[in-house]
Amino acid sequence: MRHDTPDATDLLPPTEMSFLVKFLELMNRTKVDEEEYWNSSKFKAFTFDDEDDELSQLKESKRAVNSLRDFVDDDDDDDLERVSWTGEPVGSISWSIKETAGNSGLNHEGREQLKSRNSFSSYAQLPKPTSTYSLSNFFRGRTRLGSFQSLSDALSDTPAKSYAPELGRPKGEFRDYSNDWSPSDTVRRLRKGKVCSLERFRSLQDKLQLLEEAVSMHDGNVITAVLIFLKRTLSKEVLFRELEVRQVALRHLIHFLKEIGDQKLLLDLFRFLDRTEELALSHYREHLSIQDPEKRKEFLKTCIGLPFSVEDSAHIQDHYTLLERQIIIEANDRHLEAAGQTEIFRKHPRKASILNMPLVTTLFYSCFYHYTEPEGTFSSPVNLKKTFKIPDKQYVLTALAARAKLRAWHDVDALFTTKNWLGYTKKRAPIGFHRVVEILHKNSAPVQILQEYVNLVEDMDTKLNLATKFKCHDVVIDTCRDLKDRQQLLAYRSKVDKGSAEEEKIDAILSSTVSRAATPPQPGETDSSQSSIKCIKGYHRVTTQFLSATVTLDLVLDMASSAVNGVTTEPKWLSPRLLEKGANVAGPPGGALTPDCTEHSKL
Amino acid sequence: MAFPHRPDAPELPDFSMLKRLARDQLIYLLEQLPGKKDLFIEADLMSPLDRIASVSILKQHEVDKLYKVENKPVLSSSEQLCFLVRPRIKNMRYIANLVNADKLAGRTRKYKVIFSPQKFYACEMVLEEEGIYGDVSCDEWAFSLLPLDVDLLSMELPEFFRDYFLEGDQRWINTVAQALHLLSTLYGPFPNCYGIGRCAKMSHELWRNLEEEEDSETKGRKPEIGHIFLLDRDVDFVTALCSQVVYEGLVDDTFRIKCGSVDFGPEVTSSDKSLKVLLNAEDKVFHEIRNEHFSNVFGFLSQKARNLQAQYDRRRGMDIKQMKNFVSQELKGLKQEHRLLSLHIGACESIMKKKTKQDFQELIKTEHALLEGFSIRDSTSYIEEHIDRQVSPIESLRLMCLLSITENGLIPKDYRSLKTQYLQVRPEECIFKCVDFSKRGVGERPAQISSPGKITDAFSSLAKRSNFRAISKKLNLKKKKKRAASGLLSTGGTKDDKAPSESLRLILVVFLGGCTFSEISALRFLGREKGFRFIFLTTAVTNSARLMEAMSEVKA
Repeated sequence: MRHDTPDATDLLPPTEMSFLVKFLELMNRTKVDEEEYWNSSKFKAFTFDDEDDELSQLKESKRAVNSLRDFVDDDDDDDLERVSWTGEPVGSISWSIKETAGNSGLNHEGREQLKSRNSFSSYAQLPKPTSTYSLSNFFRGRTRLGSFQSLSDALSDTPAKSYAPELGRPKGEFRDYSNDWSPSDTVRRLRKGKVCSLERFRSLQDKLQLLEEAVSMHDGNVITAVLIFLKRTLSKEVLFRELEVRQVALRHLIHFLKEIGDQKLLLDLFRFLDRTEELALSHYREHLSIQDPEKRKEFLKTCIGLPFSVEDSAHIQDHYTLLERQIIIEANDRHLEAAGQTEIFRKHPRKASILNMPLVTTLFYSCFYHYTEPEGTFSSPVNLKKTFKIPDKQYVLTALAARAKLRAWHDVDALFTTKNWLGYTKKRAPIGFHRVVEILHKNSAPVQILQEYVNLVEDMDTKLNLATKFKCHDVVIDTCRDLKDRQQLLAYRSKVDKGSAEEEKIDAILSSTVSRAATPPQPGETDSSQSSIKCIKGYHRVTTQFLSATVTLDLVLDMASSAVNGVTTEPKWLSPRLLEKGANVAGPPGGALTPDCTEHSKL
Repeated sequence: MAFPHRPDAPELPDFSMLKRLARDQLIYLLEQLPGKKDLFIEADLMSPLDRIASVSILKQHEVDKLYKVENKPVLSSSEQLCFLVRPRIKNMRYIANLVNADKLAGRTRKYKVIFSPQKFYACEMVLEEEGIYGDVSCDEWAFSLLPLDVDLLSMELPEFFRDYFLEGDQRWINTVAQALHLLSTLYGPFPNCYGIGRCAKMSHELWRNLEEEEDSETKGRKPEIGHIFLLDRDVDFVTALCSQVVYEGLVDDTFRIKCGSVDFGPEVTSSDKSLKVLLNAEDKVFHEIRNEHFSNVFGFLSQKARNLQAQYDRRRGMDIKQMKNFVSQELKGLKQEHRLLSLHIGACESIMKKKTKQDFQELIKTEHALLEGFSIRDSTSYIEEHIDRQVSPIESLRLMCLLSITENGLIPKDYRSLKTQYLQVRPEECIFKCVDFSKRGVGERPAQISSPGKITDAFSSLAKRSNFRAISKKLNLKKKKKRAASGLLSTGGTKDDKAPSESLRLILVVFLGGCTFSEISALRFLGREKGFRFIFLTTAVTNSARLMEAMSEVKA
């Protein structure tokens, strides 16, 4: 490793290059003013959201590689695995099985034909087996293991190394040669997979000793074998009693009973052990096998009284109530759909029954089909929310997904709009607005809608990322402008369409900045409602330096406060004191603008 | 990029012998049923079988048709049926139904069941109960070690995890002991043995028993592998529950590597068919990027593509003779590389696309916060949202587990609210899952695991080169701890026979309950740094999703 450490330059990510460039430019100091106006791009670590640098690099490489195809002729197959249409390599075992399965449905003749083709393909296309390893060499001297077996052989368990698999020999050979294997010998024989009669262990003491031996040997297979014997020869009370103090064996028995599906004995065991919760769960589990909804409902009703923990009881109760509701809704909606009178069912026919669906799916369903129903009806989303105490977050996410799917943007809007005590509206969500944006995007919301919500994202970086990802050009451009990130703006210019309004906008900003940097910005220019909070805070400082008119100051502060709330409102005449508070909350200390501001104040 | 091993690093033993052994054993067993026969193979055994034998080999030994063991009526008309299955109750029921149906129809055929890797008494009991014991002959095919790569052996027993760690069933311990025994007979004894965890201890004891009973040729042999470490999966769940960020791990998380090969769909192959690709050290491109952090992979692939272009371009100035040389000697290699390169570039793109869609960045951030133990409230609410958004239930469950383990159990209030919300998304089975959690100590009660968290954050959160130093340090620590915590299980008589130093730097690490590609990568890295070579033996290659699926109810 030490002698192979790669050069530092190899490790330098592309973004670091921009630092170098920047550095060189600074050394040059020809356009000092302008350079100081712009903040440098933040150093960005690799992110999986990063669509630019590396991926585009990769894409280029891909193009390059693909273009090479012209030269490389297309008989790639020689070093390729041959793959059938299902993707299995031809001749592989899974491929071959699929072929058999496909053929088995055909009539006899067809099958014959296919068979010949099949065998052709699997023989002809396969390389000859290359194994030169001789089987007989391998098992030399022991080929007819069964017939040469002598007594001593069987007893001494063949110390000579044999790689041949043990074969299942005729039963006759498995006579016990001695009647008094000790428990430990018996267990050892069992481990080797030998058939070995346990009938001789008749006293409880012998049986238990056998079990202890098995447990101390750690082989679960042997433990189970002994348990099968004990289960057969002991009454369950005695068996349970003895196992209660032998936890390892007990767990083996429980697993065994689960596997063979001996539900009755398992329940008895849990009852004996006083494991009431497992007993209850085991009973509850049975509902999974009941198909008929009414019967399942009745069964669940019987589960409610079972000794679950308090919270689990609540879940079971909810499960019952939910199914009960679903049965009602299903009957009602099936009727509505069949009648064909209701628009929503005609436009969006139901894909599946709502029976036995999870709560969230049910909520989605009711937000989709029954959104406007009054709270009193069983199928209304609000009713579901109340009955099952669905948390706000979950409710909003589900409702949003449902309404966005229907492209009911008005409902989406209403979902987040709240009135505050001053009487004007603002947008608020129990989930981050970046989530809202994602869900909207997933449902292919138009850019105007997306843009509105991208703008509500508080964190600048997330906002910029989302805006870039979803091509909300205006938001990207405005945010870059507000962050004074020239580099990013320049980079973004190459991504918008040539000659588009966005490009013009970028150009306008880029060209206006030199003069801007020289003279302090006028409050009139801060028309944009999307100005960042940081930026407004900066303006605040600047304006307090240069403007004395409190009216203007208030105007600026007002905007600051609306940015804090994430909504633009009509400028309101409020006391500067109140607003100042808002502005202070808004600006994270040490924002990127501080140096610029001090710079300006010196002027 | 993938920098080579130190010149003094030991050579790996040749594990292809294991494949040959398994194949020959299978053939031997097939020959015990002479004549034409149809072979029924359990789905889980198909991929491993594909790696050691081909259809033509089976056909040579008079296997007529191949079927998958599944719940469908059997149409086979053969007089002899052979079943190749894992020892599972449901397989026994399947066979019993088939045999009993034949009996009812008055049909007599020969039946043979080959259990791999061994048979269980519970299975024989079912055969007996169903009244077909004796009608069916049973054999064992001890195929328990499949070499997936030059340094990776897999037992292909994903159920080991559930059976031992959830159900407390020790049935596979003997299988592990047998496998270790086979390794020591083939590659010499292991002079030094270390272990951590209960299962490690039991496997070791059982293995020792075996060796003592069959004390044979191994004694005098020179050891090839100097050390063996046995590790229980439950000493460190954290690593396995994290998202993987090395290339091989990501490919596994995204496309699911199955038995050393992966199905690349049309979105990767940029054609209309999907392609099954073997991922191992023979794939030169893959070999160089498999252990790298994903972000390093792009740069490497671009560089590689440029080099390739340059090599192709060389032909421009060639005369006829040079051209002939070029075509006969280099072209094939270049074409091969070209194909691999475009595959892995396609895979990268596809991974990027998927990860971008699932806001992977935020997920990683949350995992990182959990590992470091800061802003727990944010993480909890992220997980809540994750559940509510119904992104992927398995993933939500994974995050809940991670939160619980890193925080030593959840605050009851959080536990209740997370559980409730999760149940609202996936009703029935989750109650069971939650029960399984509490069995695993993941529920409300404080979990036992504390220290491993620190080791793991390094590998999983950031495996960038700069951080790799830290990992190796931590791995060193881990090794020392292993010795301290569980101590030497046994030491062979190395003092006399003075094993060559080379073998002492060859280390076998046995993961009981599965390991992830990230863990393998980390150890490979450590090996390169220190001049060791690691060999991995795992019950199965796992990842977070597989662990979570194992927790959920098995619907038989």
